[in-house]
Amino acid sequence: WEVSSGESLNDCPGTSSDQAGKSSACQGCPNQNICASGAAKAPDPAIEEIRQKLTSVKHKILVLSGKGGVGKSTFSAHLSHALASDDSKEIALLDVDICGPSIPKIMGLEGEQVHQSGSGWSPVYVEDNLAVMSIGFLLSSPDDAVIWRGPKKNGMIKQFLRDVDWGEVDYLIVDTPPGTSDEHLSIVQYLSGAGIDGAVIITTPQEVSLQDVRKEIRFCKKVKIPVIGVIENMSGFVCPKCKNTSQIFPPTTGGAQRMCEELNLPLLGRVPLDPRIGRSCDEGRSFLTEVPDSPAAVAYQNIVQSNVYCLQNHCFFIFQMYVKIYISF
Amino acid sequence: MDSSEKGSLAQVKHVVLVLSGKGGVGKSTITTELALALVHAGKKVGILDVDLCGPSIPRMLSVGKPEVHQCDAGWVPVYADPQQKLAIMSIGFLLEDSDEAVIWRGPKKTALIGQFVSDVAWGELDILLVDTPPGTSDEHLAVLENLRKHRVDGAVLVTTPQAVSTGDVRREITFCKKTAVKILGIVENMSGFVCPHCSECSNVFSKGGGEELAKLTGSVFLGSVPLDPLLTATLEEGRDFLQAFPESSTYTAISQIVNTVLSSLDA
Repeated sequence: WEVSSGESLNDCPGTSSDQAGKSSACQGCPNQNICASGAAKAPDPAIEEIRQKLTSVKHKILVLSGKGGVGKSTFSAHLSHALASDDSKEIALLDVDICGPSIPKIMGLEGEQVHQSGSGWSPVYVEDNLAVMSIGFLLSSPDDAVIWRGPKKNGMIKQFLRDVDWGEVDYLIVDTPPGTSDEHLSIVQYLSGAGIDGAVIITTPQEVSLQDVRKEIRFCKKVKIPVIGVIENMSGFVCPKCKNTSQIFPPTTGGAQRMCEELNLPLLGRVPLDPRIGRSCDEGRSFLTEVPDSPAAVAYQNIVQSNVYCLQNHCFFIFQMYVKIYISF
Repeated sequence: MDSSEKGSLAQVKHVVLVLSGKGGVGKSTITTELALALVHAGKKVGILDVDLCGPSIPRMLSVGKPEVHQCDAGWVPVYADPQQKLAIMSIGFLLEDSDEAVIWRGPKKTALIGQFVSDVAWGELDILLVDTPPGTSDEHLAVLENLRKHRVDGAVLVTTPQAVSTGDVRREITFCKKTAVKILGIVENMSGFVCPHCSECSNVFSKGGGEELAKLTGSVFLGSVPLDPLLTATLEEGRDFLQAFPESSTYTAISQIVNTVLSSLDA
């Protein structure tokens, strides 16, 4: 297969590569001339600006999945709530899903607007120690569509990182859209100076999800983001009436467990399907406080505890080595 | 306009997009089931899968990893059946390693989608379904720009019942209005789960959002498809759910949706 004529279906060599604009894969790309001239190779000054801006942010965690609808935003929101339950910690949640920003609704912040001050944009505070930023706060109507191509989305993400006044933050959680495209490349590129602690990968049990998630894991390897671990969401449903478990999304190829064994990654936990999770998200409330004894809430708390212990006690890298999470394929 | 100007879609009678602002609601599932139902109804169908980062169609139709060949009229699509009633094109066929990530920015995605539309020899089709990734970005704009020369009959929008989903689909409806794509209707997927042990119906992903959204936006409500582990399992295995479980309520739901879509196309 050849894209246009004569070139092969290879990845873009990268704007900073020697082959930028000159590789066979570049033909047909609208940015080819810019890359060939060398203009794209110069590092974006925003990377250093962001590095300086985020020196007050101790830990940065991405929440990723190749697949849509597996619970990235749900997890990001509830991880943030769980971390913020420790009053001594400052938590920030950044939503870089530009086309489908779910975080404002899930955090109960619909209709909130962003304000500008001398030190930049002020994020929206849902608790005293939990700040949130999303393009959702910049849209005036719930019907507004963000019909933007890649470069404009990238510009927005740059502004989120450089121009938001996050202040002193212990954990910055970044919620992402599905895929391995502009948003993901931009967040990695713009945080390349400031550093990313790692990524949590979300999946559901079925192969249709895992096949996309494996691609996301390859992406992490390519851009050198450590994978903290994988969470299997929607892992079984317990009927509230008869208490029997059904596998609505069946793990036909062994689910996240087998994938983690094959790829040498930690399975951080399994979260069951619970209709109360969807309801809490729709109502903008944390199900960790709404239904703290539900199996899903317990599973979330266990996942958070094991991660927080590691990050707080600087044993993150020891944890990594112990469970051999560096991908060895 | 002669057929060379119209290009490879000259003999395609209808083009229908399957859209959602939200990920994971069942766009590829609904596309697959619509396609199979239309084939069973005697139609010649094509599926164009423009989800370049997460192509699900090849697995759902169990077509494996065939080679894509060229003929005089362009690239030959992959057929899911020996009678060649269901033609497919997906980036899934072009990747040597199915775990390899397609890490492309917008311009390169746009270029490939242009080729998928213009350079694939679709031949004679009653209907071409276009499966899309979530969002309102490069892929969606690329499909519409390249289909400009050919009529787009409209779009089927897929949602789940919950507000987090309908909230995104409202934005997709705005996208359709702004790009003059007719909304053929809204499908509410994952609409309740009937426990196989005790038949209790649980609203796992809330209830009623699809119909409310249709009312709110003045769109046709095409119907609800329940959460059915049998449907998920057959898609995992690439089997034809409609042939395997014709007695199921899911089959009935899908058939009704297909009939409504067909009526609106013929109208």
